Amino acid sequence: MSSSASLRTTTGILLVAPLVIYMVVLYALPVASMLLRSLNDPTWSIDRYKELMSDTVFFNTLSNTLYTAVIVTLGSLVLGYPVALALVRSKRLAPLILVVVLLPFWTSVLVRSYAWMVLLGRHGLINEALMSSGLIDRPLRILNTPLAVYIGMIHILLPYMILPIANALRQIDPSLARAASGLGSPPWKTFLQVTLPLSVPGVAAGGLLVFVLSLGFYITPAMLGGPRDITLSMLIANQVDQLNWAYAACLSTVLLATALIIIVVCRRLPGIGSAFKMSAR
Amino acid sequence: MRDTVSSTGRGASVSLAGLEKSYERVGAVNGVSLDIRSGEFLTLLGPSGSGKTTTLMMIAGFEQPTKGDIAIDGISVVAMPPHKRNIGMVFQNYALFPHLTVAENIGFPLKQRGVPKAERTKLVGEALELVHLPGYGGRYPRQLSGGQQQRVALARAIVFQPRLLLMDEPLGALDKQLRENLQLEMRRLHADLGITFIYVTHDQEEALTMSDRIAVMNDGLVAQIGSPEDLYDRPCNRFVAGFIGESNFLPATVRGMEGDIVVADCQGAVVRALCPGRPGSGAQVTLTTRPERLRFANGAHDSATVNRMSVTVTEAVFAGERCRYMLQAADGTSMVLKEPSSAAIRRRTVGEQAEIAWSVADTILV
Repeated sequence: MSSSASLRTTTGILLVAPLVIYMVVLYALPVASMLLRSLNDPTWSIDRYKELMSDTVFFNTLSNTLYTAVIVTLGSLVLGYPVALALVRSKRLAPLILVVVLLPFWTSVLVRSYAWMVLLGRHGLINEALMSSGLIDRPLRILNTPLAVYIGMIHILLPYMILPIANALRQIDPSLARAASGLGSPPWKTFLQVTLPLSVPGVAAGGLLVFVLSLGFYITPAMLGGPRDITLSMLIANQVDQLNWAYAACLSTVLLATALIIIVVCRRLPGIGSAFKMSAR
Repeated sequence: MRDTVSSTGRGASVSLAGLEKSYERVGAVNGVSLDIRSGEFLTLLGPSGSGKTTTLMMIAGFEQPTKGDIAIDGISVVAMPPHKRNIGMVFQNYALFPHLTVAENIGFPLKQRGVPKAERTKLVGEALELVHLPGYGGRYPRQLSGGQQQRVALARAIVFQPRLLLMDEPLGALDKQLRENLQLEMRRLHADLGITFIYVTHDQEEALTMSDRIAVMNDGLVAQIGSPEDLYDRPCNRFVAGFIGESNFLPATVRGMEGDIVVADCQGAVVRALCPGRPGSGAQVTLTTRPERLRFANGAHDSATVNRMSVTVTEAVFAGERCRYMLQAADGTSMVLKEPSSAAIRRRTVGEQAEIAWSVADTILV
C-alpha cells in the first residue's frame, strides 16, 4: 500500500511541477522582489509604511477602494442570485442563461469598458433614449461618476458571483424542497428556510471572489470613473508613471495584504470555510 | 388552517379514481382506482417503473395527475398544493435538512403551523421518545447513522399528527437486520397512532410482513389488491403469482367443472384447481401452485381434494432448514418443490422417479 501511495505522490508531484516552476519563476519571484522594493529602495527602512499612516490621499483612496468593492459585491449578489437560481431551476432556459452569463468572459475588459462609455456618455445611447422619450430634458451625468464604475464592474464581475452560487444550489438535494413543502412550508418560506441557508457557502465563495477581484480592478474604474474617484490600483499606476517605484511597491503590498487578510478571515468563518475546501472526490 | 384538510379523527381515508399520469420516461400511471380505508396500512408493491412511486407523489401533491381524482376524506385535493394537504411523508433518502439539528428538523412542521416554542419543544421530545432517540435533539443529521436518520425522518413526519403518512421505500438504503427492526417498529407505530399509512416498496417480503392490504402494481395499473394471504394464496393473474413468492406454472387443458372446481388434464394427470371464472372445455389454461405446498407422496391415496403427478428429480439442494428439489413433469415443464428438512425424511436423489401430491385448495387457475 505504501509503495503504491508513494508512487501516486511522485506522479502527483511530476504532474504539477511545470506549473509550480512557471509560477515561482514568473510570478512569485517578481512579486517578492516588488515587495522588497517597498523596504529597501534605496536603503533598508520601514519609514515609507510609517508615512502611509498619516497620508490622507492614501486613506481616502483605500476607503474608496473598499467602498467600491462592497457596493460591487452587493450589487452582483442582488443581481446574480436570481440568475443562479434560474440557471439551476429552469431546465429549458438553462443553456441560454449559461451562454449569456459566460458571454462577457469571451470579450476583453477593455472593449466592454469602452462599450459602457458609449452607452453611458453624455450623448450616449441611454441619455439619447431617455431624452427622445421625453423622460428627461437634459442629459444625465452618468459617465465619470461612481455609478458608472459600479455598473461597469458589476457587469464584468457578475459571472464570478453567479457560477459559485449556481454550483452551491445545484448541490442541494431536490427532495429537501419537497420535504419542506410536504411538511407545510409554502414555496417562499421553503426558499428562506432551506434553499437560502444551504446556498450560503456559494454566496460566500462568489462574494469573496468578486470582492477580492474588485480591490485590484484598474481599467474599468480608470475609464468610467470621475477624476476624484481614485482606487488603489489607479494610485499605484499613477506612482509608477512618476517612476516612484518604492511608493508604488508599498501600495501594492497594502493591496495584497488586504486581499489576503479578507481571504483568511473568510476561510475561518464557520460554515463558510467549507465552501473553499476542494477535495479530490 | 381553514383551507387545509380537516384534522379530526385518527386516520384519513383516501380514494383514487381513474388516476393517470402520462410520462415519456418510465413510471407512468395508466388508470389507478383504489379506496384506502381510514387507519389502514396499505402497500403499493411493484417492480421499478410500475408507477407506484408516481402514484404516491400524486397523493402527496408533488406530481400533478394528467387525469382522474384524488380525494382525502371525501374532499378532492388535486388542486391543493402539497403544503396545504397536511400529509406526513418519509423519503427513501430521508431528506433531513442538513443545516438544522435533529430537534429543529422534527420541529420544522410544527413551526410552519405556528406552534409556540414551548409546545414545540415538548412535542419534539415526545416524538424522539417514540422513535427511541431521546437525547439526540442537539445533533446534526450527518452525525447519525442511516437507521437513526430514518427514525428522525419518521418522527418529523408524524410529529404534527397528520392523518395520513406516505412512505417511499423508506428502508431501501438500510441493511437487512436494521430493516427488519424498523419494519416491526413501523408496524407498532401504525398500531399506536391509528393513522393511515401508504407505503411504497419493491420488496415483497416487506410488503407481506407489514401491510393490512397490498396493491400490486404493474405497468401503471393495479394488478391485484388484497390482504397478504389473499395475494399469496389466491393470486388472480400470472404476474402476481410470479412477483409475490415463488410459483410453479403448469400448462393444462380444461376438461370440465365440478362445482367451483375446474378439472384439467395436466402432464398426464388429472388435476383439480380453484377457479374464479368458468372456462369452457378444451381451453388452454395455466395452473399455479407454491413450491412449499408440494410434497412427495407415500403410497396411493386417491382423493378428490389432492392432486397427484409423476415427476423426475433433476436437482436436489440441501439448504439447511429446507430441501429444494427441481422436478421435471411428463412434457418437460420444470417445477420446484420445497420440503422442510428432517432426519426422518428420506432425501431424494437426482434421476429418481417420484410421485408428488398437493392440495386442490393450493392450486389456482390464473
